[in-house]
Amino acid sequence: MSHVRVLVGTKKGAFILTSDGKRSQWKVEGPFFGGWEIYHLKGSPADPNRLYASQSSGWFGQVVQRSNDGGRTWEPVGNTFAYDGIAGTHQWYDGTAHPWEFKRVWHLEPSIEDPDTVYAGVEDAALFRSADGGLTWGELSGLRKHGTGPRWQPGAGGMCLHTILLDPVNKGRMFIAISAAGAFRSDDYGATWRPINRGLRSEHIPDPTAEVGHCVHRIALHPSRPEVLFMQKHWDIMRSDDGGESWREVSGNLPSDFGFPIEVHAHEPETIYVVPIKSDSEHFPPDGKLRVYRSRTGGGEWEALTKGLPQKDCYVNVLRDAMAVDSLDACGIYFGTTGGQVYASRDSGDTWEPIVRDLPAVYSVEVQTLL
Amino acid sequence: MIRVILPAHLKNLAGITGVLELQLATAATQLSVLDAIESAYPMLRGTIRDQATGKRRPFVRFFACGQDVSHEGVDSPLPEAVSLGREPFMVIGAIAGG
Repeated sequence: MSHVRVLVGTKKGAFILTSDGKRSQWKVEGPFFGGWEIYHLKGSPADPNRLYASQSSGWFGQVVQRSNDGGRTWEPVGNTFAYDGIAGTHQWYDGTAHPWEFKRVWHLEPSIEDPDTVYAGVEDAALFRSADGGLTWGELSGLRKHGTGPRWQPGAGGMCLHTILLDPVNKGRMFIAISAAGAFRSDDYGATWRPINRGLRSEHIPDPTAEVGHCVHRIALHPSRPEVLFMQKHWDIMRSDDGGESWREVSGNLPSDFGFPIEVHAHEPETIYVVPIKSDSEHFPPDGKLRVYRSRTGGGEWEALTKGLPQKDCYVNVLRDAMAVDSLDACGIYFGTTGGQVYASRDSGDTWEPIVRDLPAVYSVEVQTLL
Repeated sequence: MIRVILPAHLKNLAGITGVLELQLATAATQLSVLDAIESAYPMLRGTIRDQATGKRRPFVRFFACGQDVSHEGVDSPLPEAVSLGREPFMVIGAIAGG
């Protein structure tokens, strides 16, 4: 019988939630790595028992953990993230040149085919790859050195590479996103890169349509149709139908088009989900109502999903890596909040319930559907 | 033999309980102690000092014989009581919020 494993990274440790395919009773295990910030943990599509976790601390720096048994036991692996060659500089907040300095791993993306191959998106923004299960890491420096790197600058959360999408159809194609630089694509397994930001418009930067400098919060794709990309930008929901060559806005009737995560339904490539947040300085839902918005038309037309979600006095945030879907029928949608709740829907978003509600602030949510 | 006390989070990471006891090949200095810690427990590399620069992490301090020796030179001899194992070399996570 199928079951579901939800991997939750929080400000003070990792938690693993499991349920059978009914998704009505949940077992909560953790905290793992109590006291450490877990920016992200994710399982390998090729071997679901192989998990990777990014463990960090303001005191003790970055650690990467690996599990071979679905999260029951863990072992620290390599944590040397050395920029390739001369690190160079990017723009600092005041416009001056600032040297690249490694701070932490924001996102770990295991390869689709090989459990030992995993990509790491780090701050200051760069992409690293390990082919030995995380023991050693090498930078895919074609991204940072393709030419626009000196013009990248940090967003409020730091200059982080937070999104890594591996194209399951077009071998060698990858997409990444950086705050605040934008989205980038490689067609040769990460060796060379170019910006894919045509059509983005960001009023808060000197040239609103610049090649780079956009604060992209998250991008998502459906594996059956990877040329279609969806983006939650700082402001604006965007869509590309040509692998990122061009983008158009699909914010439509949303109450706010600011937010962090964006996700695609497991079985309906045109059904997407966002969580509108009031503004870039007021990181909570409009009107104190926690609402997921669903579009069944790939953007443009949105409906509020509220059943089971707090509809008054709710002022949590939902961070960029804190939403995920399972692949059961009907599709399950999951998201975590900075208030420590993880909400789940067993019916594609029609109704919701908290599956755990008093965790530390949730940084990330990933879901494994185990058959 | 010297004795080293690590903060709880690093003991958990390394799977250590109690006080670390290490043999040093050279005189006891911050550098030789940290080299010995990282050699015996590779998972601690980068957690006490930056791997690229070798500098002590900002929110980590070193105490010896009731003194904060964090700002002493990394090659400076540690107090004799530490080098003889009578007093521990203490790695401290700074008291800071969060």
